[in-house]
Amino acid sequence: MIIDINFIGLIIASIMASAVPLILASCGELITERSGVLNLGVEGMMIIGAISGFALMTVTGSLIIAIFGAMLAGVLISTIFAFLTQTLITNHVATGLALTIFGIGISAMIGKNFVGIPGKEFPVLFEGLKDTIPLIGPILFGHSIVFYFAFALPFMTNYFLKKTKIGLIVRAVGDSPVSASNQGIKVRFVRYLCILYGGAMSGLAGAYLSMIYTPQWIENMTGGRGWIALALVVFSTWNPIKILIGAMIFGGLTIIQFHMQAIGVRIPVQFLTALPYIVTIIVLVVISRDSRKIRLSTPSSLGKSFHKDN
Amino acid sequence: MHKFFIRSFVSSLVLLFTFTVAAIAKDVKAAFVYIGPTGDHGWTYQHDVGRKAVEAAGFKTTYVEGVPESADAERVLRQLANSGHDVIFTTSFGYMNPTNKVAKEFPNVKFEHATGYKREHPNVSTYAARFYEGRTILGTIAGTMTKSNIIGYVASFPIPEVIRGINSFTLAAQKVNPNIKTKIVWAFTWYDPGKEAEAAKALIDQGADVIAQHTDSTAIVQMAEKAGVYAFGQASDMDKFAPKAVLTSVENNWGPYYVDRVKAVANGTWSQKDTWHGIGDGMVVISDLDSQMPADLRSKVKKLQADLASGKVHSFTGPIYDQKGNLMVAEGKTADDGMLAGMMTYVKGVEGDIPK
Repeated sequence: MIIDINFIGLIIASIMASAVPLILASCGELITERSGVLNLGVEGMMIIGAISGFALMTVTGSLIIAIFGAMLAGVLISTIFAFLTQTLITNHVATGLALTIFGIGISAMIGKNFVGIPGKEFPVLFEGLKDTIPLIGPILFGHSIVFYFAFALPFMTNYFLKKTKIGLIVRAVGDSPVSASNQGIKVRFVRYLCILYGGAMSGLAGAYLSMIYTPQWIENMTGGRGWIALALVVFSTWNPIKILIGAMIFGGLTIIQFHMQAIGVRIPVQFLTALPYIVTIIVLVVISRDSRKIRLSTPSSLGKSFHKDN
Repeated sequence: MHKFFIRSFVSSLVLLFTFTVAAIAKDVKAAFVYIGPTGDHGWTYQHDVGRKAVEAAGFKTTYVEGVPESADAERVLRQLANSGHDVIFTTSFGYMNPTNKVAKEFPNVKFEHATGYKREHPNVSTYAARFYEGRTILGTIAGTMTKSNIIGYVASFPIPEVIRGINSFTLAAQKVNPNIKTKIVWAFTWYDPGKEAEAAKALIDQGADVIAQHTDSTAIVQMAEKAGVYAFGQASDMDKFAPKAVLTSVENNWGPYYVDRVKAVANGTWSQKDTWHGIGDGMVVISDLDSQMPADLRSKVKKLQADLASGKVHSFTGPIYDQKGNLMVAEGKTADDGMLAGMMTYVKGVEGDIPK
């Protein structure tokens, strides 16, 4: 095999493309969790986004309607979760799990008529610039708008949480809802919004899979990526930049192990396929071992219901 | 939710039928047990197409999808057998033991198990398709169409069915082009579009210009389309997903067999059988050949297809050597079904080791 510089560029570009759904869903869930709500329904919201995006694209023919429709579908299904956990004060874990099961089931039901239909081509930006610069060209250019948004999102999320007033409110609600409430913050209202935002991002992540990454609909097509996104949030200790690193490592190892197989590296294939999971966890644990920083970024009342305000 | 609904529906049928079935004049009813969702557009989807053919032939059918290959399978089989079904098709290898176990308890119900080899009771038949014949055709096309002489192959799990496919594909490709190399990547999944696409992309980035697959989704042919290389459809005709990339597809066509067997039950002529049908019997179908293939290749493929169907050509005709150079099939001989069914070694020319 010839290792030339463009080959490396191609590999990095495919790693980034595979990291997109993880980054989107994780950054959405991160905001939800920083407000103190643990939503285990990411997989369910993603699959709903995937079928909604694909179905709307097929029915309306409009990619814009499909993308925003998928986000709206994520919002709608997370509204159920928000109503149950915030208004009816149900248990976060149980409700989140139910949301995932519900999402997978209902997406299969809606999806029955959309199996075996090819998706549409999604437009990419700056296609012409791809070959102008070696290595950098294929990495930077020729991707969909969602791709660029995903790689900006961790930085925007970081800025939002650290530098803006609303970000501070979200963190306050997640750390100490009682104090926040005493300050006059409407805790449940903030949490509602954070849950809906998480739903929108999960919906977008699902739509990326069914409309851009592999344009088709089949049942369970998210293949557990929602769970990986959830794990990334925890192992990154609620830090959006580390989510970006974790998602790149996970996507990277998945793709590099395929390359190693194709080159014929004599490592047991089962070990190679397990590699992404093991290494991602190890790396994130190692880079996040400063316990003072962990305490600062961990939402103290994560998963605890809040009864007080109205 | 959906599966739950179907299961509850089936369980309520159990109650209903125990009371009513005895009184009603007997129509033949067929049941199908699926490993995956009918919406996978692959393995289970094609079985369900077969089930619809049975419906179209005027019989009542039921199906249960997403049944795990565990004690759950036994429970589902028992319910179906109890609720007045006369013939039950179990469509995954892992249902082998549950099928035989439940068959013993219901001697009047016929059981048809796909891809297995155990027929412990007279009411159990087995059936499978010789997909490797289709892969002989794909190998011939791949060996002719490749320019880089690197052919990519996305494999699912190291079982005889998949190894047999890789071997038959490689043997055929080598025959037309001795310089080709088959690079194999194991995805360890039957369908996960994302992973399959990533595996295909890795092969394409490493110079493969024809991609074959033994996984179920259409992600691989779509990736090939994007990258401007050739590919083959799996299980169903995938041409519309990648019109430029797909040269042809190998389709699983269960319908005729299913209709045949259900009719046999209705006529009282059903008897135990082990069926292994290929191109000749129409269980393996080759889709239309793409016009990008040169005319002489197309006529060659048509002839090969006819010869495989008539038995004039066998996919595994000697001399065949394994990777170490040991003779597997002698000159002028063909591999027998026993050898094919348990094939767990690569032939010469396949790179790498079989994952253990």
